[in-house]
Amino acid sequence: MKKVGSVLVVGAGIGGSQASLDLGDAGYKVYLVESTTSIGGVMAQLDKTFPTNDCAMCIVSPKLVETGRHQNVDLFINVEILDVKGEAGNFTVKILKKTLHVNVDKCTGCGICGRECPVEAIDIFNEGLARHSATSVKYPQAVPLVYAINRDYCIGCGICLGVCKAKAVEYGMEDEIMEINVGAIILAPGFDEYIPPEGNKYGYGKFKNVVTSIEFERILSASGPYSGKILRPSDGDVPEKVAFLQCIGSRDYRDGQPYCSSVCCMYTTKEAIIAKEHMNLLNPTIFSMDIRAYGKDFDKYIHRAQEEYGVRYIRSRISHLEEDPKTQDLIVTYEDETGIIAKEMYNLAVLSVGLNPPNDAVYLSEKFGVDLNEFNFVRTDIFNPVQTSRAGIFACGAFTSPKDIPETVTQASAAAGCVNQLLHDQRGTLITEKSLPPEIFVAGQPPRIGAFICHCGINIGGYVDVPEVTRYAGTLPNVVLADRNLYTCSADTQTIIKEKIKEYNLNRVIVASCTPRTHEPLFQETIREAGLNRYLFQMANIRDQCSWVHMHEPEEATRKAKDLIRMAVNSAREIQPLERIRLSVTPKVLVIGGGISGMVAARNLAFQEFETYLIEKGSVLGGHARNIYTTLEGGNVQEYLSNLINEINSNKLIHVYTQAKIENIEGYIGNFKTSIIHGEKKEKVKFKHGVVIVATGADEYEPTEFLYGKDDRIIKQSEFEKLINTTDDIRKKKSVVMIQCVGSRNTEHPYCSRMCCAEAIKNAIKTKELNPETEVIILYRDIRTYGFKELYYRKAREAGIFFIRFDETKPPEVRVEKDNLKIIVENPKIGKISIDSDMIVLSVGIVANGVENEEMGKMLKVPLNEDNFYLEAHVKLRPVEFATEGIFLAGLSHCPKSIEDSISQANAAVSRACTILSKDEIEAEGKVACIDITRCSGCGMCVENCAYNAIELILDRRFGLVASINQVLCKGCGACSGNCRCSAIDILGFTGEQIYEMITGRVE
Amino acid sequence: MNEAAIENKGEIKQWNPKIIAFLCNWCSYAGADLAGVSRIQYPPTIRVVRVPCSGRINPFFIIKSLMDGWDGVVVSGCHPGDCHYISGNLVARRRFAILKDLLDFFGIEPERVQFMWASAAEGERFAVLIKKITKLMRKVGPNDRFKKKW
Repeated sequence: MKKVGSVLVVGAGIGGSQASLDLGDAGYKVYLVESTTSIGGVMAQLDKTFPTNDCAMCIVSPKLVETGRHQNVDLFINVEILDVKGEAGNFTVKILKKTLHVNVDKCTGCGICGRECPVEAIDIFNEGLARHSATSVKYPQAVPLVYAINRDYCIGCGICLGVCKAKAVEYGMEDEIMEINVGAIILAPGFDEYIPPEGNKYGYGKFKNVVTSIEFERILSASGPYSGKILRPSDGDVPEKVAFLQCIGSRDYRDGQPYCSSVCCMYTTKEAIIAKEHMNLLNPTIFSMDIRAYGKDFDKYIHRAQEEYGVRYIRSRISHLEEDPKTQDLIVTYEDETGIIAKEMYNLAVLSVGLNPPNDAVYLSEKFGVDLNEFNFVRTDIFNPVQTSRAGIFACGAFTSPKDIPETVTQASAAAGCVNQLLHDQRGTLITEKSLPPEIFVAGQPPRIGAFICHCGINIGGYVDVPEVTRYAGTLPNVVLADRNLYTCSADTQTIIKEKIKEYNLNRVIVASCTPRTHEPLFQETIREAGLNRYLFQMANIRDQCSWVHMHEPEEATRKAKDLIRMAVNSAREIQPLERIRLSVTPKVLVIGGGISGMVAARNLAFQEFETYLIEKGSVLGGHARNIYTTLEGGNVQEYLSNLINEINSNKLIHVYTQAKIENIEGYIGNFKTSIIHGEKKEKVKFKHGVVIVATGADEYEPTEFLYGKDDRIIKQSEFEKLINTTDDIRKKKSVVMIQCVGSRNTEHPYCSRMCCAEAIKNAIKTKELNPETEVIILYRDIRTYGFKELYYRKAREAGIFFIRFDETKPPEVRVEKDNLKIIVENPKIGKISIDSDMIVLSVGIVANGVENEEMGKMLKVPLNEDNFYLEAHVKLRPVEFATEGIFLAGLSHCPKSIEDSISQANAAVSRACTILSKDEIEAEGKVACIDITRCSGCGMCVENCAYNAIELILDRRFGLVASINQVLCKGCGACSGNCRCSAIDILGFTGEQIYEMITGRVE
Repeated sequence: MNEAAIENKGEIKQWNPKIIAFLCNWCSYAGADLAGVSRIQYPPTIRVVRVPCSGRINPFFIIKSLMDGWDGVVVSGCHPGDCHYISGNLVARRRFAILKDLLDFFGIEPERVQFMWASAAEGERFAVLIKKITKLMRKVGPNDRFKKKW
């Protein structure tokens, strides 16, 4: 069967969107389908994200707009999958497009229908806490911004039909079936939260002041039902005491799911912090069994919550809630760690509900023919967490297991990376390049400005006197045409704009309508089609920032609209056409580090026929994985590793250099030049490449505590793993004690090493299997077996392994006595315990190689975090790349993580790299910094302020030391220009001249 | 009914200061848009200049605005730590801390120049801040000391 170069992505949350963008950018045709009426998924519902408290909407909405507008991504909302046929490389999928009763092509999203609709329907986006009309959009920033009529509520009154000036409402619109042909499929349907059933022990649904965490998230949101004020539902009072109850529906064999939902400890902490930030008098208390802060910088976040915000953590699982019927306060009964039973009153209780598989998981698995696991999450390969049981179908995000945003984004890119591997020879076959007319030469000509002013139905016209504004615009200097339209963004107006550009010989265009954030690209495309440079455009926002916010003051609104248009005209006069810089790409890759991450990346790249240079500082490939025998889930690591090494060594496109050291890397995205020395003879090699993948790994902590090195019965976990996997010694041991968090979560290494709990449990279970007589005791602070790893924690307990908790401040004490080892540990509940043992195993953490990372960081100009791990471009949405373009990262050098996560990251890095490598030339944004070196004094302030390393000081023959800007790396933020003492730097498209003209044109 | 409307429907129409607002594209401009989408009303006193990042704003822009007779200047960026360009707003914060002292030294009422943070989800906050700033500017009065005579 012939392969096809298109991909179906199912589910348009952050995962589906990321996968679509990756594949669209790499030259595949993408069909992105979504079951609801807008993309964005759960992330768009969130107020903030942990551990940076970044505003979720701020960071996700540009991504959603990009997805909605991507030339290679076709987006279909409100769809259902009917049938899937075919095999990897060539699937045929039948899709039902359910009618919205609104014509998507005609709807401008103006919202008149929603405001006029007389029926109140429940607002699902706000978790039923607010109401909106039957004709509605999912949320204000929705993409696509198209209204839909909910037929369950619609009474067919016909008001919306009447008020819609765009004639988009079509009651008679029918469902449509379409068939698409794709080479691969990515499933990203996300999750559904656990909803406590009727009659639950927490009174959810019965007591008004018990809400779920996702409801609380909407309460926190500035755009939520209470506009960001924290009020309790029963009486709208501010709750002073708020209780957060962890593990609702997770780690619960009886009423919920037995696995850990991975994210609740962190999102609860975030909600507690944000609540405290919103209202200082609020006192949050979190009741939890363990605090599972296992990710990058998570422990610091918990620490901040405790120290800075006074969030109280109590180690107790709450079994039920009672309500005080008079005050509707809630009574929490708990037993704390020391065994004391207490009762406390709270004004509001938040249930931290777990993540369940999507409600339609079974349906999806049947349609797509993929297996599910016992909990109805999709079953994936042990060593490739995005590969489903059916070839050619991949999965990502919370559908594979509960996970947070960065891991979802990583998996989304990883799935795209696997699609790249499968379909690389079909890249670019199904996408069409738009043919555009040559640009009209306008430089030096006097400005001839055309102003198009939008009524936006009645959204602008109802409050702003548009004819008067249009008349006024016509009187402004250089304006040769001022026209007004009912909807400037509609398809027919685009044709009118193009005609007018020709008719009036316009060389600048202004549109006064809604916001440039959503509509600027559309109009830029239109004027480009008419032959004008796309930057010869300016927008005046007279709707979102004028008519809509001054609805009661039409005169003032009209005056403001005039001012805004005048400012736009003044700025437009100064606009110059801009060029997007193009530069060639060397389709080769440098992968630094020959561990699993580096090798997986290299193998994937070589599959796609990209020549790859894999360099390793040691003498053999394999890295950290050489010490690991199995995964917790039972995967044979050594077998996987040796197969991988064989594949790497036998692939002609991969050049492996061991004992290698980088001498120098220079250049930038698309065009790097590197020289290395390698081998025992220190041979020198030089090569060119287009991108860099950093996968340098990390080291095992070398313990100094617990008498390590003083007695050979005290060993590291990795040594113990070797012992039980290669020798029979364990049969002679009566007792083994494992100590967790050695070299992790302390002042020196204030982070969790993430894998040690799973490693300890894995080896403890294995010990019990080998010799049931051996007593195994694990001394821990928190057991962090997130996700499905929780099942092994239970298995370990069932196998008779003892778990004893100790407090950070009271670590166990180890003594060497005549024939055995003595451990004294203090448990908060039981008190001091003395254990005799004949082996002590230290679960040591993972530490970054600070010296090497710093050296590499300087060479590549990429930053490290406080713990010397590499710092990615964005913690949430750009987890596998650096801010400096063309450099990616994977594996342990990013932060401690499991083998499967490293593999995902490696494939994700490949996918991100493919967006560059797949092109002969890349195009940089036109709005970038430029420098007038005759004015530059070479002070270097701009170099310091540039977050992208785009500026350096060079020695000019005539002007001495001056700044030089690499416009390819520049993002156009303007930090350099704003700080330039000599006004030597300007930002094209936002020039000082343009801004001065906007300021000074204030003539009344 | 909102505050601004009540004020303007009073017998003596309140003086509306003219305020120029430099908003960063990714957070504050989006927040201002959200105020619009949510129809949160605020006084019609600001005229927005969209900039890529608060870090783009040269102190000259602010000085020039005051010299040209704008009654007030608002600069709004992403919350510290949220910058779309990693650290632009922090660069801006440092820069404006110094500028404020300088303006004071010039004899310009420091209240005329206001710095604020507003995220893309804070439509309400944006409106509240503009209301506050408008009120403050009404107290400070017209900026006529630097006004060019046209």
